[in-house]
Amino acid sequence: MSDAESGKLTTHRGMATWGERLVPLEKFRQATTSLGRRLSDDERRAEQRDFLGRERDATPVESPYSRVVVFGGVYNNHLALEAVLDAAHKHGAEAVYCLGDLGGFGPSPEKVWPLLLEGDVRTLQGNYEASLATGREDCNCGYTDPRDNHFATLSYRYTSEHCSSDFKRWMGDLPLRRRIRVGQRELLLVHGSPRQINEFLFHSTSPVSFLEVLLNQESCDGLLCTHTGLHWHRRLPSGRDVVNVGVIGRPANDGQPGVWYAMLEARDGDLGVELLPLEYDHVSLAREMLQQGLPQEFIDTIRHGWWTTCLEILPARERAKSRY
Amino acid sequence: MPSIEASKATSPRVALRSLDTLWFQVAGTVCNLACTHCFVSSSPTNRTHEFLSLEAILPYLEEAVILGVKELYFTGGEPFLNPEMETILERALRVGPTTVLTNGLLLDPERCRRLSRLAEKTDYSLDFRVSMDGYSPETNDPIRGEGTFERILRGVSNLVEAGLNPVITVTEVYEDNGSASGKERFFELLRDLGVAKPRLKVLPVFQIGAEAERSGAYEAWQRLRDSDTLDEGWSHLQCSSCRMVTDQGVWVCPILVNEPRGKMGQALADTLEPFALEHPACWTCHVYGVSCKT
Repeated sequence: MSDAESGKLTTHRGMATWGERLVPLEKFRQATTSLGRRLSDDERRAEQRDFLGRERDATPVESPYSRVVVFGGVYNNHLALEAVLDAAHKHGAEAVYCLGDLGGFGPSPEKVWPLLLEGDVRTLQGNYEASLATGREDCNCGYTDPRDNHFATLSYRYTSEHCSSDFKRWMGDLPLRRRIRVGQRELLLVHGSPRQINEFLFHSTSPVSFLEVLLNQESCDGLLCTHTGLHWHRRLPSGRDVVNVGVIGRPANDGQPGVWYAMLEARDGDLGVELLPLEYDHVSLAREMLQQGLPQEFIDTIRHGWWTTCLEILPARERAKSRY
Repeated sequence: MPSIEASKATSPRVALRSLDTLWFQVAGTVCNLACTHCFVSSSPTNRTHEFLSLEAILPYLEEAVILGVKELYFTGGEPFLNPEMETILERALRVGPTTVLTNGLLLDPERCRRLSRLAEKTDYSLDFRVSMDGYSPETNDPIRGEGTFERILRGVSNLVEAGLNPVITVTEVYEDNGSASGKERFFELLRDLGVAKPRLKVLPVFQIGAEAERSGAYEAWQRLRDSDTLDEGWSHLQCSSCRMVTDQGVWVCPILVNEPRGKMGQALADTLEPFALEHPACWTCHVYGVSCKT
């Protein structure tokens, strides 16, 4: 060890760092003791109340349903979209909702538009639609890994170039949130989170107390979201539900080619939440992707169910279950 | 350097939107290393901030639950010098996803196995960030200390062996560290080590603490002014959604703990008001778009 290095190990004996200076420890401690606020217990409760309070938004509540189907992340996968609309019909769903992210990843973006219109799918704007409609250069997922960025840019450009301006305009007019009533429960539908269109709500990083506060602030009995690509459901201690409905555009990074959607129904005053697997003709989709010259990495995901890109966004727990 | 008082009048103020990230200076400024770029000048003898005990942490966790906290971070100094660290983690994981920032030197195989069991037991992510400043002993060791490169890699290996995949955190002490080719060299180093899914985070340096001695302090012009305020406000700054707990109270963020004026109060409820971005380090966060969280 050099002198300079061993000096560094001992210079702080009895001293504190204050900005750029070394000062006697006591001086620093005295300074910090007198700084900052120290409120009474009552004042603290009032501060917390003010901080957490939110005014309810003006979104109208859509008619009371007894059963709905909700999905997210179409990612140009028109074959899975057809399959989920069939499934909704078979379930007898009174309404079908899509939480956004229509493009990216898959082939021929224009094919999903007529399906959404004919199927009367009530669609929210995702970050993909927001980016396409405003002419943004990227999908606004916020990747920093150069490899993730490469693939994200590639699929965004492909979608942007193959989308008509009419379709993009329609995307730009989609609402950012909706409220629906299923039985007794009023549910808020968003793309990422109620706070931010591109906030990721993963199961392992959305703790109970965070979600309870979020639902209090939004005055709702449940929250439905997508954006992460992975489906999950958490029933909160308050009895309310948070459901990430997953995506129908690509598999859930679980080694299965199938995709996932959600069905919600009124059950004796309670809310029934089911996350359901969906089989569709993934072989044909892979063939179309190949014909469109989309990257082999994306095609592999459609075939085998493991994500090969955009892995950076996964929290430790979800990444540990991932093959790549 | 102009005084903070002088710049306060024109500094923009950032409101706390929500308390998403709660940091704990769990090892104070006590570290088994004395890295030459450490913005809090941590060292074996730096007692500017002391260890946080489990008892001191619990009331903050309770308050964080009321405020709807989303994630918890533990740093120091070196967190695993705190004898209560593993118990603290166990309690933190009951509240939410938890990340530990460590230098990797105290990650022996046995500890890693215990941490892995902890990670499996909970509903929330337990994540680790291991610091490293160069992809070779020649580049890393002059910053972090002789022989540390090998010891860091051993710590990383032990974590990976136990099924935990840390994020390697690299600072831009060398400009190349943050470039695409620099990142690729770190990824390669990790793959060679047997890390199948390498994870990396790059941070800029803050010209305060030890780093001010190494590469120079901030210049007078490196300050934020009201006119710097973006249309979308200050939500890109972590202080719009975080606070930092030390043994002496609650600070605005992890960077300013050695600046007494960064202290905002005693309980979290005391610190919910806006903070004036008067410190030159705030300039770094804004210009480089820094977020200390992963």
